[in-house]
Amino acid sequence: MFEFIQYDFMQRAFIAAILVSVACGAVGTYVVIKKIVSMSGAISHAAFGGVGLGYLLGVNPVVAAIPFSIVAALSMGAVQEKVKISEDTAIGILWSVGMALGIIFVNLKSGYAPDLFSYLFGSILTVSNTDLYIMLVLDLIILMVVFLFRREFMGVSFDEEFSKVVGLPSTLINMLLLALIALSVVVLIKVVGIILLIALLAIPAAICKQYTYDIHKLMISSTIIGAILTSLGLILAFIFNLSSGATIILVLGAALFISYFIHE
Amino acid sequence: MSLNALEMKDVSFSYNHQQVLEDINFTIEENDFVAIIGPNGGGKSTLLKIVLGLLTPDKGEVKVFGREPKKALDLVGYLPQHTHFDLDFPIDVFETVLMGRYHGMFKNYTSEDREIALQALKDVDMERYKDRQISRLSGGQMQRVLIARALAREPKLLLMDEPMASIDPEMQNSFYQLISHLKDRMALVLVSHDVGTVSMHVDKIACLNQKLYYHGPAEEAGEGLEEIYHCSIEHISHGIPHRVLRKH
Repeated sequence: MFEFIQYDFMQRAFIAAILVSVACGAVGTYVVIKKIVSMSGAISHAAFGGVGLGYLLGVNPVVAAIPFSIVAALSMGAVQEKVKISEDTAIGILWSVGMALGIIFVNLKSGYAPDLFSYLFGSILTVSNTDLYIMLVLDLIILMVVFLFRREFMGVSFDEEFSKVVGLPSTLINMLLLALIALSVVVLIKVVGIILLIALLAIPAAICKQYTYDIHKLMISSTIIGAILTSLGLILAFIFNLSSGATIILVLGAALFISYFIHE
Repeated sequence: MSLNALEMKDVSFSYNHQQVLEDINFTIEENDFVAIIGPNGGGKSTLLKIVLGLLTPDKGEVKVFGREPKKALDLVGYLPQHTHFDLDFPIDVFETVLMGRYHGMFKNYTSEDREIALQALKDVDMERYKDRQISRLSGGQMQRVLIARALAREPKLLLMDEPMASIDPEMQNSFYQLISHLKDRMALVLVSHDVGTVSMHVDKIACLNQKLYYHGPAEEAGEGLEEIYHCSIEHISHGIPHRVLRKH
C-alpha cells in the first residue's frame, strides 16, 4: 500500500508538503487573524507576472516570482497608504493586472510554455531538488522575520491605531508582512499553484483558530495540520490519479468543514 | 515652572477640503480632568488624533508637555473606542496590556515591563483575568483592560475617546470612580457627545464643534450655556437627561 514512498519524486513531494506547511503556519496565521486573505489572494495571482517574466528571461520562474511578488505586495501596501482607492478595488486590480502581465510575458517568449499549468494549478509530484532548496531558504527567512518581528506583527494585527500611538512603525511592519506573504506565495506555488494557493495558506490557520487563542499554539498546530492534510491530499491524488493541487485543496476544504462541525 | 500637559495654538485641520477644526486654542494643565463635548462629527476624535500625532494639523502649533506630539508618545496614554476590535483575536488580557509597554523593534519586554503591566491590571481590578482571552470579557471588563493598557505606558496625559459609548449605564459610575483615582497621577481628557453625565464628574469642560466654544470649569458650564448653544444643542442633548442644560 505504501510502496509509493520508494519513489524519489514522492519523497520530494512529502518534503515539499512539510516545507509549505511551515509557511502556512507562520504566515497563514497572520493572514487569517489580520483578515487579509483576499489581499494575499491578489498577491498570489500577481506572482504569475513573475512566473511569466521568468519564462521571458529564461530564468527559473519560481526565482523570478520572488522579487516580482514582493514588488507587487509592496506596491499594494503603498497604494493603500497613499492613494485614495479602496482596498477592495486595489485587490481586484492587482489580482488581474498581475496575471495579465504574466500572460503577456509568456506571449513575448516565442514557443510553447510547457509547464505553465504546473505554476497555475501546482504539481507537487514534479518538485525538483532546486525547488526544495528555494522553499527551504524562504521558509528559514520567513521564520526568522516572524520571530524578530512577532511583537510588531501582533500589534498591527490586533490594533493598528494603538500600535502607532506607542510608536510602532506600522507602515513599515505592514509592508514587511506583505513581503512575507509574497515569500510564502513563492513557497507554495509549485505545490498547489497560483490559482489555488490562497486556500492552502489560509485553511490550516482557519481550522486551528477554532481551537486555540494562543498565537504560538496556533502557528505550531497550523503547521502540523497543514503538513498532515497536504500529505493526505498528495497520497489521495497519487492513488486515484487526480490533479495533486486540486486534491490537496479539496482535502483542506473538507477538513475545515468537518472541524467546524466538531467544534460546534 | 511645570509644563502644560497640552497646548494648542490656532490649530486648524481639514479633511477632503472640509474644515474639521478651526483655530483651536486649548490648554490642559497637569492633573486637569477635562471633558471635550460636542456633536458627532464635531472634530473630537480628530483633536485626539492630532494630540497623538496620528494626524498633522494644517496650521497651528501643538505641544504635549512642551514637545511635538510624535516626540511625546511615551507620556501619553490612549483609550480608543473599542468597538472596532476583533474580539476573536488570539490574545489574552495580559498580552494586550503588555502592548502598552512597547518600546521599539528588537526590544524584548523586560521583567519590569511585566511588573508594570501587572500593576496596571491591579489598578483596574482585573488582575485575576490576566490569562483570559479577550472575547470572554464583558464590555466593561474589556474597557478596564484597555485602560490598563493605556496605564501601562505610565502616561502623564490620558486621552479617552467616548469611554461611555461602549459600557452599560450602570458601569459608568464605576468607570468614573476608577478614573477619579488617576487624577493625581496624570491629566485626563475625555471626549464625549453625552453632556449630561460627564459634567458631574469632570473639572473642566470644553465644547467643540469645529471651533472651540467654551472652555472652563464644569460648574460654570451652565452659565456658559449661551456659548454652548452654538454647538448644535439638538445633537448633544438628544435623548439624554438634561442635567446641565436648562430649558431651551
